[in-house]
Amino acid sequence: MADTTSSDIPTDSGTLQTADGRPLKAALATAQRSARNRAFYLVLPLLLFVVVTFIFPIGQMLMRSVSDPRFIEHVDLGTGEVTPIMVGLRTWFDENPAGTEPDEAAYAALVADLVHLREIRAQGNAGTRINYVYPGARSMFTGGARRAGRLEPPFKDAILDMDEDWADPALWQTMRSSSGRYTADFYLAAIDRERDAQGNIQKVDEERAIYLLLFERTLILSVVITLLTLILGFPVAFLLATLPLRYSNVLMILVLLPFWTSLLVRTTSWIVLLQTQGVVNDIAVSVGLITDESRLQMIYNQTGTVIAMTHILLPFMILPLYSVMRPINPSYVRAARSLGATSWTAFRRIYLPLTIPGIAAGSLLVFILAVGYYITPALVGGSRGQLISNLIAFHMQNSLNWSLAAALAGLLLGGILILYWLYDRLVGIDNLKLG
Amino acid sequence: MKKTLIMTTALVAVAGSVAAQDLTVMSWGGAYGASQIEAYNKPFAELTGKDIVMVDADNPATPIKAQVEAGNVTIDVADVEYSDAIRLCDEGLLEEIDMSTLPDAPDGTPAADDFVAGALTDCAVANIVWSTVFAYNTTNVEGEPTTMADFFDLEAFPGKRGLRKSAKANLEMALIADGVAAEDVYDLLETDEGVDRAFAMLDTIKDSVVWWEAGAQPPQLLADGEVVMSTAYNGRIFNAAVGEDQPFEIVWDGQIMDFDLFVIPKGAPNAELALEYISFATDTQRLADQAKWISYGPARVSSGALVGLYQDGVTEMAPHMPTAEANLENALVNNFEFWADRDAELNERFNAWLAN
Repeated sequence: MADTTSSDIPTDSGTLQTADGRPLKAALATAQRSARNRAFYLVLPLLLFVVVTFIFPIGQMLMRSVSDPRFIEHVDLGTGEVTPIMVGLRTWFDENPAGTEPDEAAYAALVADLVHLREIRAQGNAGTRINYVYPGARSMFTGGARRAGRLEPPFKDAILDMDEDWADPALWQTMRSSSGRYTADFYLAAIDRERDAQGNIQKVDEERAIYLLLFERTLILSVVITLLTLILGFPVAFLLATLPLRYSNVLMILVLLPFWTSLLVRTTSWIVLLQTQGVVNDIAVSVGLITDESRLQMIYNQTGTVIAMTHILLPFMILPLYSVMRPINPSYVRAARSLGATSWTAFRRIYLPLTIPGIAAGSLLVFILAVGYYITPALVGGSRGQLISNLIAFHMQNSLNWSLAAALAGLLLGGILILYWLYDRLVGIDNLKLG
Repeated sequence: MKKTLIMTTALVAVAGSVAAQDLTVMSWGGAYGASQIEAYNKPFAELTGKDIVMVDADNPATPIKAQVEAGNVTIDVADVEYSDAIRLCDEGLLEEIDMSTLPDAPDGTPAADDFVAGALTDCAVANIVWSTVFAYNTTNVEGEPTTMADFFDLEAFPGKRGLRKSAKANLEMALIADGVAAEDVYDLLETDEGVDRAFAMLDTIKDSVVWWEAGAQPPQLLADGEVVMSTAYNGRIFNAAVGEDQPFEIVWDGQIMDFDLFVIPKGAPNAELALEYISFATDTQRLADQAKWISYGPARVSSGALVGLYQDGVTEMAPHMPTAEANLENALVNNFEFWADRDAELNERFNAWLAN
């Protein structure tokens, strides 16, 4: 009751009220809320777009990197029906700790599961899942499933008669680690680690280790390419920003023209130019710089990757630099000179600091693009100019081990986020200026 | 303005529905794809009045998994290698094909007996026997390489080599070059020592190798003089040599034979027509016709007798086939089971070997 009276009659407490008697604060909040809602509805399409095309696929990718349930369930691609598989064996794994010698019960469960696999035609999928870690398992599963229905107890001897690899502790360890829905094994594989028969993590053989090397190579080449684009792009951007308009326009077209040309065309042009029977070598031979026998190998190696990628990424450095340099007032440098600075000091103390936001933006852009570059290294990289993205593509397209591809991509994403964070700490993301 | 917009939208929609294809076939492009267009697609289109679109890929097996898992299959028929056909079929990514629907040979032999052994599997029908061989450009090579060992002999035959960027075929060839008899190659590759030995052999030429991925690349690399010898699909070399008068010579020693098979991805939009296409394309006459355009052997026995001249009308095709008696001396038949099992492992090692 007290509340009703207090809202009907203006009080002396000092709260402002609107004409209809509501407190001003609440009325304002309502009005602002509806404005915020309207704004939100405007942003909603973009938000949905980002969720559907960006967050959801990345989430799915990260999910895949820790889970490949083809050993625990079978999805019929026609009907979408999900059937649990390897139930017996997984129960045995639950009841017996890692490292237990598989007994007759384990083999009996295995045989029953193989028979079931054959019924629903899932032996290929289950075998392929194990085959990623234990090569040869695919045919053991398909062959085993074909014959499992005719096996008689004792199952251990019957199975080992078929293929004695079934007794290999490494295979049992692999089946055990594939029995969980979630696994870190793909991330282990992505950093050249594997589990031994007891489940301990160890390094893979020297001759199979590749991913750490490629991560490192990708990082180094990307830094080199970023530095090269900066060194080459800075003077060009400076010219663009300072030349009279009619010259700078022509120069701008020269910068942009390659930018508009297809990536593949630019990459293959480099092949024509740089190959051992190519234009550059031909000219060098004809003017006598090198002999016909000592033609330079400039492509299908790291040199090729660096040259082609530097060229292709150059506009991504020049354009942010240009947009930052353009508004810099030339009188700043003139003022420095008139106060006695040498041209180098004026550049170092006045001009360069003013271009930092452009350098930062260009470097970040080029570096992040370079880290994920795929088609150029694939075409001109030969054997040693390959980057990590080429291996991701390999696992996506050839080996079809999507979980490993996802784990590699996840590591790459994580690495970039860490670098971005470091960058924010060192340079400050507020200093970034793209245009 | 608004009216124009509506009109153009309507037009685009109509154009889109008119341009819809009846059947999409994905194959390897180049001379091989062209031979399939001539021998299979054109007569099939004429017969049925359907529109057939040919799509090229470096390896048509690769997009299948992505398309099937995403539930967005655009290919009706794909032409894949044997081990890929087995692997994809095992993973449930292909439609099973009822082999009894395939036409009999003209003399009444049922299809199951007419196809050469191994040419039919649960999900795939072979159309050709092809082979990975090595070839050289006679203008750039002094002397005459005759054996696989010559390919690995940089002293006797200096110059760059072209190899396919994958473990398959390279490991076998390395062992053959190292003196292993063709029939022992896969037994040896099952062991770690065998694989080590193959990689050791590849090590001897590693620094002189230009790696290729698409089948059209080796003839190009040979013609440019970028390499002096290259492994290649035999039909591509034949077409460049006979069809385009390139000075290429094939060395059949250590050739690795394989099938190419037609498969239907699970959930193909026109699966019924795809099956019809496969039955048509792999009948006796069509397989023999195909050999008129490229030197790949037909997968049916009954087609052999019908193989005649190359499209130029003078070149006898028979001696250029991988299956010709003279070419089989030290030939290896690709062990699809081995590669379906070991592909991931050996390619992993191959990639590591390449990158180091």
